[in-house]
Amino acid sequence: MLAKRIIPCLDVKDGRTVKGVNFVDLRDAGDPVELAWQYSQQGADELVFLDITATHEKRKTTIELVKAVARQVNIPFTIGGGINELRDAEILLNAGADKISINSAAVRRPELINELASAFGRQFVVIAVDTRYVDGGNFVHLRGGRDKTEIDTATWIREAEDRGAGEILLTSMDHDGTKNGFDNGFLKTINDQIHIPLIASGGAGSVQHFVDTFQQANVDAALAASVFHYGEILIPNLKRVLYEEGIVVR
Amino acid sequence: MHYSLRNTNNMIGIVNYGAGNIFSLTAALDRVGLLYGMINEEQDFHRYDHIIIPGVGHAGAAMQKLKESGLVDHIVALKKPVLGICVGMQLLTAYSEEGNANLLDLIPLNTLHFDQRIEGKVPHMGWNSISPSGDSPLFHNIPDGSYVYFVHSYFIESDPVFSAAQCHYGIDFSAAIQRDNFFGVQFHPEKSGKVGEQLLLNFAKL
Repeated sequence: MLAKRIIPCLDVKDGRTVKGVNFVDLRDAGDPVELAWQYSQQGADELVFLDITATHEKRKTTIELVKAVARQVNIPFTIGGGINELRDAEILLNAGADKISINSAAVRRPELINELASAFGRQFVVIAVDTRYVDGGNFVHLRGGRDKTEIDTATWIREAEDRGAGEILLTSMDHDGTKNGFDNGFLKTINDQIHIPLIASGGAGSVQHFVDTFQQANVDAALAASVFHYGEILIPNLKRVLYEEGIVVR
Repeated sequence: MHYSLRNTNNMIGIVNYGAGNIFSLTAALDRVGLLYGMINEEQDFHRYDHIIIPGVGHAGAAMQKLKESGLVDHIVALKKPVLGICVGMQLLTAYSEEGNANLLDLIPLNTLHFDQRIEGKVPHMGWNSISPSGDSPLFHNIPDGSYVYFVHSYFIESDPVFSAAQCHYGIDFSAAIQRDNFFGVQFHPEKSGKVGEQLLLNFAKL
């Protein structure tokens, strides 16, 4: 049986992890490579690195980071942030990234999805969507949820699939940071409309929240950052509970 | 040449025909301490006693690139252990629905599309459990039910003779195939944690 995936997300700026991490045995909590290795040892199924590096010049640091992760970590990983054209994606692919995640660049120019899928295969293309409930509907938001667009979230996700997205990473900005659980109602609505894997994001605060999103929305994977980084949820423990609840895990 | 001075035992040659990025594969070989080099032309084969055919992307396009590399005649005549990975595995079969392509036909199976045949999502992406078929040396020390990482939209049909490991995703398919010295794995050993690393070590010992 295909296992449900648990995905820690690491925010990286200029080659260093942004949020504090307090694993007891980490030598350098700011080193994304060591952190990634640690997660892989704990049983994470996949990793996502969100590169929030601002300048083009400092992207070189990111490339070195991707190579270091590919050398040392034996599970798949995705890189997101700052990918605006085919060339950006190709550099990351050649550095060893398994997938890239694009968000606002795809909203600005949807044809980018087609171009990436035909150049590298759709399995390489993750479309990240930040959504917020406004005036009776879910709308795509940009810049970390700050900027509302007029684009209906479900419509956009269906379009992304049609254009060649291999996977959808859906973050509910209403739930993100609340630790009150994933937006399982909306995740299920989306999941019922698409035929590619869906990653739930935003709101994880407890082990039960992961159980809920797999049972209620039947998502393929669940992503979280702070609950893992701060050691509030340990992946082996999370996997054990999921297994006991009858959810297929590795 | 650099490598010709070394003992070639357990040196792995990677067929470098331009179908996808091989950084992750060489990184995995480095992690488990296996030596390797690139095969760019026929004269390179003799340096290595194990051969890996990597591959991602479109099977028809990969077959075309392999033909253009001029290495096909040499590959089909190989008596050394050969391991095809993902699309590299599919190339060992007779035919793929992807691009309606005739392939190397070293193992008499077909590569088929998941679409229309299963109800689940395509691509089949993530960790799935496999059942090695008893005596395959490729799966030494890899227990039944081990999880490995898959990313693919086309699969090789299950077969009682040539499947070396089975997987199920809406339908039974070959997670690994084997005929004589030719082996193939649909999953990515370079991304499959310790299980994948064990498989690479097993291959190098054949």
